[in-house]
Amino acid sequence: MSETFGIPVAVILGQLTLGLVNGSFYALLSLGLAVIFGLMGVVNFAHGAFYTLGAFAALLGLQYFGVNYWAALVLAPLAVGLVGVIVERLFLRHLYQLDPLYGLLLTFGLALIVEGSLHQVFGASGQSYPVPDSLSGVLNLHFMFLPLYRAWVIVASVVACFGTWFIIERTSLGASLRAATENAPLLQAFGVNVPLLKAATYGGGVALAALAGVLASPVVLVNSHMGTSLVIVVFAVVVIGGMGSILGAIVTGLALGVIEGFTKVIYPEASNIVVFIIMALVLMIRPAGLFGKD
Amino acid sequence: MSAALLRINALNAWYGESHVLHGVDVEVNEGEVVTLLGRNGAGRTTTLRSVLGLVGRRTGAVMINGRDAIGLSPHKIARLGVGYCPEERGIYSSLSTEENLLLPPLLGAHGMPLDEIYAMFPNLEKRRASRGTHLSGGEQQMLALARILRTGARLLLLDEISEGLAPVIVQALARTITALKEKGYTIVMVEQNFRFAAPLADRFYIMERGRIVEGFAASELQGRMSMLHEFLGV
Repeated sequence: MSETFGIPVAVILGQLTLGLVNGSFYALLSLGLAVIFGLMGVVNFAHGAFYTLGAFAALLGLQYFGVNYWAALVLAPLAVGLVGVIVERLFLRHLYQLDPLYGLLLTFGLALIVEGSLHQVFGASGQSYPVPDSLSGVLNLHFMFLPLYRAWVIVASVVACFGTWFIIERTSLGASLRAATENAPLLQAFGVNVPLLKAATYGGGVALAALAGVLASPVVLVNSHMGTSLVIVVFAVVVIGGMGSILGAIVTGLALGVIEGFTKVIYPEASNIVVFIIMALVLMIRPAGLFGKD
Repeated sequence: MSAALLRINALNAWYGESHVLHGVDVEVNEGEVVTLLGRNGAGRTTTLRSVLGLVGRRTGAVMINGRDAIGLSPHKIARLGVGYCPEERGIYSSLSTEENLLLPPLLGAHGMPLDEIYAMFPNLEKRRASRGTHLSGGEQQMLALARILRTGARLLLLDEISEGLAPVIVQALARTITALKEKGYTIVMVEQNFRFAAPLADRFYIMERGRIVEGFAASELQGRMSMLHEFLGV
């Protein structure tokens, strides 16, 4: 078998593919964060909690109501998105006039409440969500056997990311979103219900997090803290991509997953920190991020 | 005389702590072109922004088409049929020319069709795919105007539309305003450029320190020139 750096090529390709799966989650989560930050100026620290809520919604839906995976893929983001809209209407909208720090503190507190409550009710140990039958096979890629479900995660998240990008960049709704980012009062003076648009944006952003949560539920243990560590990496992704940049979040998310996978092969000890090393380097060279505008 | 489409009574407005309008009264009849004259900082732009609810706080009455707009959010005020062209033009840089044009939602059934708009402003059709802010100043002004004509708004609030434009463009704008007047639009203009505004307006108001100090019809213009010199330095 051929080798690179004394490592079998098959192993490298395998880790890169698994990295792409992780990158898919980074992309979906950082996309939602970027949309929320870009339009509303809110640093949504509760993003990980909404991801966790999405996974729990799928799990509990299955256990108590017999909602299958495919229905959960639609219903959980809808339900969590609705929670997001309520949070925006009740709390967040009062903070827009203030320093962005207040939004960060509010969402941070919200994350603690959500995660603490889930911990209280369901305990610390995780529960597993069954892989749906139609996705339970294995894909032979010749250099590795990829579980079909992980291939599906890549496909589903790329489709969701591209769909979001398309809505924002190519539709009239997206034109309103971009206009609201630039000059919201004028947009409202044209007759657009900007407060509703903001609530819907927050709902849409956290629905993306919930979608990632549902997608993750068959590959991780569903537990109250599954979002906590992930959200830190995702914030680093958003900073590297450029705060508020849609394309930056998607590309950076996928790329960092791959880089992380590659690091696992050549220097496993660094795989947990490589994202933060890259963040530090990017901040030194391009403080606005790779895709950000100064 | 037809009914007042816009009636402003005892309007007070504040930006934060500073009280900028002090009991402004303005009446604009349907189909009229009314110009607010005055020095910079006299409160003319704030008057337009107050009509739309874009200031911090306001009291008094703003009646649009017989509906009291003082308690409404800006988007609900716009839906009473108001189109706004801000002083800085408000062209969105992240949107193409055509996206800018199609951005404001339709407010009434009688919006100007796109082909009519492109006939009136042919440059906008040629440059429909360009970024809004890549247009020349004159084109951006045309775009800002075209944008609100498409919506079917019948009351147009135009803030300094001739500012910073070449004379030939200003002449084209004057022809456009005349054409809109013939189509029955009601227009409130804030203007620094007296030569541009004088032949277009039916009536004038002069503002000074957040108050209306004088209001008169175009027919009285000749007799008021000395006063205009005093207030505007024209």
